[in-house]
Amino acid sequence: MANLLIGHVFVKMFKTKALIRLTSLVAIIAWVILVFSDVTVIYSDLKSLPPDIPTWLPRLMLDIFIVSLFYHYKFRIERDESLNFTDLLWKVFATGLIATVVSLAVRLVLFLLGNTTLASNILFMDIVYQITLALFINFLLAAFTSWKRLILYQKSKWLIRAWLVFELLLLSILVYDSIHIVISETIITLAIVIIGLLGLVLSANMRWVAYLNFKQKWTSLLLLLLSIFYLFYFLYSVTMWSDQISQQSKIFLDFQSHVFNIALLAFVLTYMTFSFLVILFNLPTSSVFEQKLEEVVNFQRISQSIQTEQNEESVYNILLESSVSSVFADAAWLEIKGRENEQRLFTHQITEKETKDIHAHLEKNKVKGALEQNSDKTKNLSKHLGSLKSTRFRSLLAFPIKVKEETIGTLALLKELPDGFNKEMTRIVSAFANQAGISIENFRLMEEAFQNARYKEELKIAKTVQKSLLPAKLEQDADFEISAFSASADEVGGDYYDTLRISDHEIALIIADVSGKGTTAAFHMSQMKGIFHSLAQQGPSPKDFMAKANKALVYCLERGSFISATYFVINTKTKKIHYSRAGHCPVLYYTTSTHQAAYLKDRGTALGMVRNNDYCNFVEDNEFPYATGDVMILYTDGITEAKNNKNEEFGNDRLAQALQQNATKSSKEIEESVIEKLYEFSGSEDINDDYTSMTVKFR
Amino acid sequence: MVHIKRLQEDGIDILSIVGEIDASSSIELDLAIAKSVGEGFKKILVDCSALEYISSAGLGVFMSYIEELRDKKISLVLYGLKERVFNTFSILGLADLLNIRSNRQEAKTLVNELSV
Repeated sequence: MANLLIGHVFVKMFKTKALIRLTSLVAIIAWVILVFSDVTVIYSDLKSLPPDIPTWLPRLMLDIFIVSLFYHYKFRIERDESLNFTDLLWKVFATGLIATVVSLAVRLVLFLLGNTTLASNILFMDIVYQITLALFINFLLAAFTSWKRLILYQKSKWLIRAWLVFELLLLSILVYDSIHIVISETIITLAIVIIGLLGLVLSANMRWVAYLNFKQKWTSLLLLLLSIFYLFYFLYSVTMWSDQISQQSKIFLDFQSHVFNIALLAFVLTYMTFSFLVILFNLPTSSVFEQKLEEVVNFQRISQSIQTEQNEESVYNILLESSVSSVFADAAWLEIKGRENEQRLFTHQITEKETKDIHAHLEKNKVKGALEQNSDKTKNLSKHLGSLKSTRFRSLLAFPIKVKEETIGTLALLKELPDGFNKEMTRIVSAFANQAGISIENFRLMEEAFQNARYKEELKIAKTVQKSLLPAKLEQDADFEISAFSASADEVGGDYYDTLRISDHEIALIIADVSGKGTTAAFHMSQMKGIFHSLAQQGPSPKDFMAKANKALVYCLERGSFISATYFVINTKTKKIHYSRAGHCPVLYYTTSTHQAAYLKDRGTALGMVRNNDYCNFVEDNEFPYATGDVMILYTDGITEAKNNKNEEFGNDRLAQALQQNATKSSKEIEESVIEKLYEFSGSEDINDDYTSMTVKFR
Repeated sequence: MVHIKRLQEDGIDILSIVGEIDASSSIELDLAIAKSVGEGFKKILVDCSALEYISSAGLGVFMSYIEELRDKKISLVLYGLKERVFNTFSILGLADLLNIRSNRQEAKTLVNELSV
């Protein structure tokens, strides 16, 4: 695609070049024929012979010459996008210069010839005249094309139409000039008047002048002045030659009778003069325009400063620089309250001590809300500076910088002149300060977004870790079957359950819930898993297990976080369950003999709550026998605290009921019915907290 | 959402908790207790009669102050806990670690006894 495009551009370039050459060739041929035919016509006229060629031929050739040159410049100047305003003026000037130099060279030859017969020969004079005329028309057409581009800069539909009409009228005059049909005088006059008016209207389009800077304006003035000079030189020479020739012959090609030439000359000269005057009068105000342009550029710099490698500091520095350069301040400083409320000071041409002096002075004079952080209005504080002797500054302007409606800083601008700031300046700096506020806000938002993305990524990792910590397979025995269920909420919780075979008749079970959420919860859960696997295989009593686990966890749990857990040892030889509860939800137990599901009553404090050896006084060892058909459900508070849309909790009673109704089923089936009940109750698939349960059915 | 009101009475700082304490609002509870401790109160009462719910994070706040309060000899008593809230405390075993009374009068008596 790119290749094709480049190819296309090349073809176009080649085409344009070929067209430029073709048009100049046609122009030269037409001119040569013009010269010969005109000379022949004059010769025949002198000898009073009937001319061998028609007398209209020179005129036709002149038209062809003009039209080809017109297209020549159209291709050379109008289509060349790289030309700027001064380049255009330079093209006109250069064409004029070359034309003038050639014309002067011809004059030099004539001067060298002196008063020879050749010099006074009318035919020779005609050739010289034709050369000068060709150069003149060449110059006029170059100027015409350039003016077209200048006029049509910032074009409107209306303007383009006006220009088209103007060109068409000029063309019709050209045609009229060559064929000499007799039309009524009034129509010709009317056409000329319309051309004149259109030319004047078009000449009023001088918008490009505003875009020149000071230096370019001076260059343009010089170029235009010289071009005007060339124009008058040519006008003089052409008139002189034609006068001399007309004294001897009446039927030669007189440019004065050529309405087109006159119209073209008038238009080019008018626009030249207008431009010259407009630029001249715009000279004093050009600095204002440049200033405005610089403001726009500064504005853009501030807006763009949030991109890529920029940071808040560079936004502040750009703000400081832009404001200083826009209002010609002598010094400035910027006080900013950072994100952690730390104060930062950026200065420009002023020492920190001076800023402190001014601060102290204003405070002493009880200037309310001056440079205070909570001030939200732009303040001109110049009058208060007058009484401060130690400072060189006499004008002070303070601006608040706001982020999300909150003032985060103050921009102070200083001048050594009294009354150095006007309303305009205040407005500009105000705009800068606002833009900077927006930039900083965007910047902070972007950073927050990055942070959020990172948290999300962390959460994903935590979730994966949490999942991988739960056992893939649970210990099974001839005496009981275990099934477990776990569903996690969007937020990562810290629910944990596991089993471990201590000996051929002893199996350890654990269920735990880590306080808090997220990465830390997953991290603590992994610690709990480590503790369980290392302690349980040594076969301690459940209370001993808790005491040791507490001791180990005290070193890694931060203040305020804790783990609730229940640890069981099922002894299949004695048919007893030995357990200890540390702050975890009470165990739900179904006894077959009584057909009752009830919560075991005991006491015990969560791990990590008591951080010394007293902990063993806060947990108990409990023991009870189990019988075939008994069911034990271990769960986390996510299940009992699950809420329905009426904000009611699932609660202990519903859980017990669910067990009682399904107690005769297998552990898997019991679990499924309980979970089904739970989802039915909450009425929603997305859950607030993790649901974790482990169901043990004895057989 | 939680709202914590502070009221001083006979040299006792009374914090009244209104609403629910979950992971995010537990910060406010933490700040309120920290403020009370920071201001040098030796007797602190926590009125939980309008406390509807407390999550493990909220319990963690009480837990995290146990040692500091003991070291600074500050006595803290909770009172007026709803049954549900009290259950949460007792399941976790915090009821054994904290001083909990049923009403303001009992709590006041206890806090005065403790700080003698």
